[in-house]
Amino acid sequence: MQANKILVQTEDFDVAAEYARIAEDNGDGAVVTFVGKVRDFNDGSEVTDLTLEHYPGMTENVLQQITAEARERWPLNLVTIIHRVGTMHLGEQIVFIGVTSAHRKAAFAACEFLIDFLKTKAPFWKLEASPDGRHWVDARDSDEQAAKAWDNGES
Amino acid sequence: MINVLFFAQVRELLGTASVQVDGANLATAADLRAHLASQNDKWAQVLDSDKLLVAINQTMSQWHAAIQDGDEVAFFPPVTGG
Repeated sequence: MQANKILVQTEDFDVAAEYARIAEDNGDGAVVTFVGKVRDFNDGSEVTDLTLEHYPGMTENVLQQITAEARERWPLNLVTIIHRVGTMHLGEQIVFIGVTSAHRKAAFAACEFLIDFLKTKAPFWKLEASPDGRHWVDARDSDEQAAKAWDNGES
Repeated sequence: MINVLFFAQVRELLGTASVQVDGANLATAADLRAHLASQNDKWAQVLDSDKLLVAINQTMSQWHAAIQDGDEVAFFPPVTGG
């Protein structure tokens, strides 16, 4: 089985199937997964759906790079990253990250590292629609700080 | 020629996803940005954003990075995936 599974796709993903795929190796004592969903995330306006745009080619390259970086930091076995693009409605799944390792600390840390870096380095952009209209989501300073904290050894 | 790509609100505000630019007199990404901004007020305004990012051949780059004909250079706002 390939150690890295990295996909950018419009279709939804099946968390149970993705978990089952990475949970088969009895050498792994830990499987950590993260799912990001479309939420009503701003300022009182009611978000109805979200459209994800990306930079085909560069996106996959960046996801490969941050996965390689995670593997340099922690002893990992399997890594899955699936990120959807296109239009998604409130409550739908956007992103899946799954990491396996012999030990939980490595798996937890690597999973958090991957989502922190994905959010600040991978070329995806969110366009939010609400009854008030549509607008591009602003990048958050807190996301940038979360990614920088890994470089500063604070996390 | 340099293949220039625009994404997200930069693409929307400019009204185009890509342009071809002769790179003969352009040494850096900053030169390309200035060249495009000189076209008209709208382009100047959109490309003047201090948050604008640049990728050269699909790798995040600095404004002083060198460019040449055959490169793919993309301009876009801060990313918001995940």
